[in-house]
Amino acid sequence: MSDKRTAYINARLLDPESGLDALGVLLTEGARIADLGPGLFADGVPEGIETVDCGGHCLSPGLVDMHVHLREPGHEHKETIATGSLSALAGGVTSLCCMPNTDPVIDNVGLIEFIHRRAREAKGVKVFPFAAVTKGLEGKQLTEFGMLAEAGAVAFTDDGLPISNSQVMRRALSYAKTFDLLISQHAEDLSLSACGCMAEGEVATRLGLEGIPEISETVMVERDIRLVEHTDGRYHVAHISTADAVDCVRRAKARGLRVTCEAAPHHFSLTDLDVGDYRTFAKMAPPLRSEANRTAIVEGLKDGTIDAIATDHAPHDQESKRLPMAHAANGIVGLETLLPLSLELYHGGHLPLLDLLRRLTLAPAELLKLPVGRLRKGAPADLLLFDLEAPWVVDSTKFRSMSKNTPFDGRPVQGRALRTIVDGRSLFTLDGDTAR
Amino acid sequence: MQPVSRPNALAQRDLLGIEGLSPDRVSAILDLSESYVALNRNAHKKSDVLRGRTLILLFFETSTRTRTSFELAGKRLGADVINISVASSAIKKGETLIDTAMTLNAMHPDVIVVRHPDAGAVRLLANHVNCSVINAGDGSHEHPTQALLDALTIRNHKGRLDGLRVAICGDVLHSRVARSNILLLNMMGSQVRLVAPPTLVPPAVERLGVEVFHDMRRGLEECDIIMMLRLQAERMQGTFVPSTREYFRYFGLDEEKLAMARPDALIMHPGPMNRGVEIDSRVADDITRSAILEQVELGLAVRQACLDMLGREPESA
Repeated sequence: MSDKRTAYINARLLDPESGLDALGVLLTEGARIADLGPGLFADGVPEGIETVDCGGHCLSPGLVDMHVHLREPGHEHKETIATGSLSALAGGVTSLCCMPNTDPVIDNVGLIEFIHRRAREAKGVKVFPFAAVTKGLEGKQLTEFGMLAEAGAVAFTDDGLPISNSQVMRRALSYAKTFDLLISQHAEDLSLSACGCMAEGEVATRLGLEGIPEISETVMVERDIRLVEHTDGRYHVAHISTADAVDCVRRAKARGLRVTCEAAPHHFSLTDLDVGDYRTFAKMAPPLRSEANRTAIVEGLKDGTIDAIATDHAPHDQESKRLPMAHAANGIVGLETLLPLSLELYHGGHLPLLDLLRRLTLAPAELLKLPVGRLRKGAPADLLLFDLEAPWVVDSTKFRSMSKNTPFDGRPVQGRALRTIVDGRSLFTLDGDTAR
Repeated sequence: MQPVSRPNALAQRDLLGIEGLSPDRVSAILDLSESYVALNRNAHKKSDVLRGRTLILLFFETSTRTRTSFELAGKRLGADVINISVASSAIKKGETLIDTAMTLNAMHPDVIVVRHPDAGAVRLLANHVNCSVINAGDGSHEHPTQALLDALTIRNHKGRLDGLRVAICGDVLHSRVARSNILLLNMMGSQVRLVAPPTLVPPAVERLGVEVFHDMRRGLEECDIIMMLRLQAERMQGTFVPSTREYFRYFGLDEEKLAMARPDALIMHPGPMNRGVEIDSRVADDITRSAILEQVELGLAVRQACLDMLGREPESA
């Protein structure tokens, strides 16, 4: 097994790192990419090498989703590492980062090791845990960044909650510099969001719901950028959702600050109009916002202000959503809709395919210093074979995730994962003959 | 042999900090200190240079070694030594610092040694008395006799103070010892490095002429002197460093990190030590490397020299 060789022939090779976009062959040997290129095996594949005919479809690095809630430990009735892994593979994701707002919170080395063990047992997607910035997500005392990073935490966040106390954020950014670690912020001023349950604006007013103003995100991002400038730390805005915050990040980057951000597909695919008739499946934090904000997210992805696309995959059981809007849980599942929703940006003429793939693979991998997300000789053979054009309709009942909370059910989309390969092994194929 | 000091050798009334001293004066203090080191090793340790003089020790913070060291220094020089502890004094009853200063001044002491938790408080007190004042530590500002005793320890081992590479490691942010040492060592021509997590490095400290390292292994490379500082846990509220075990792992001096320094590097610590927090016991107790107890011995001599130079009556020369 370890030196098994497979040639993916007749593939449209797409690599955002090298800019490669050409029909050719990719050869894996064991868990690594052994070779690739348009000219490889031009005279036929030698004997003894298994071949997979890609039928001219796209072969890219497997997707890297830097923002996923796997719910384990603590909320295994919503999702487990095993079911989240199946969901990821079905969506073309080969690496994901799980968030630490579990129960117990991932704030010590033992929990990092637990996540690693459960991921190993699932034998699926690669799981790179984020650890909490503060113990118990209480926003007070820093976790052991150095020891957690040594154990395998790839970044730090209190996601789900913002780091509200400015002194704590300052010290976190400053202390993280010791080990050159990234602090990811759920940017929200809770005193401004108050009891809001959807975006502030006309729709909220018509529905009689309390709104969450855009300024609650902007204020926090502005504050944090000042703290980044003061501390020279590395800072990342999770699930950015407002035009103003994107602009803050754009200006911070122009000033040379180490500030990055990610956007979720729902924030460039939907608006507050999609809340419609109190649809709790369209409730998330940050909320779906106005069309002007949605187009600003698209612009941010186009000009590179937004580095990565990440799902904020947030599984919830039915009971958490079958509630009045104000009481329903925040969040939607996203792993199995990530690829087609992102491809809407390509089909809609907003982003070239390689630029789009960069935000889904190489960019998050580079932010987190992961060796994945590229087609390169010697790199891990984490690959995604996808049909760029295939039309289909999202059907949440087919989701591998334990939870079905998606606002995209019934949406006609284009583009689909055909095969997902991790360390050279095909762990998902669309027609179902998943090889182990 | 009696140590010989010139009256007014410091040409200043007070010793409030290293700031304001010149290399010549530092050398003069260290030279005189050396003669007291010799005297202290005799069976007969007393002198009478300060006979009839009054020394008041006024400590607004708890202290064992500094206070004992000053008290013993005063007594060995023949002075009358008065201890005022905050717990049993009028300060507890709400007296202001300036009132305390003026009250003590009315009793005509010759030297007051002051420690205070607030930076600048010793200078404020000095402005309201007629006698000499020695700063025994004010907040995170200065602790000049500690820097002088550290310098004497280094000079004893290395024969010089110039051209040495010194790493000051740990809680620099809260440390008056670090500030006084940076000033003194820079003045005497050493190269000073700070080794600490960014949260424990004071802002703009590079302006004091130091190089800052956040990686202790790199910071200790080729160092002649390693000065460890106490992690002042009582001043932390959980966000400077996450835990003492993480601190020890990355910023505690153990044999592995020590191996990065020069083979003859000297290990120093102003005390009190937190073993297993900023320093490993095996390193602290290694008598071939550690000068920690010698620092205490030389500290007494340095304080005798300072009291001698400031407290001796000009006419007695």
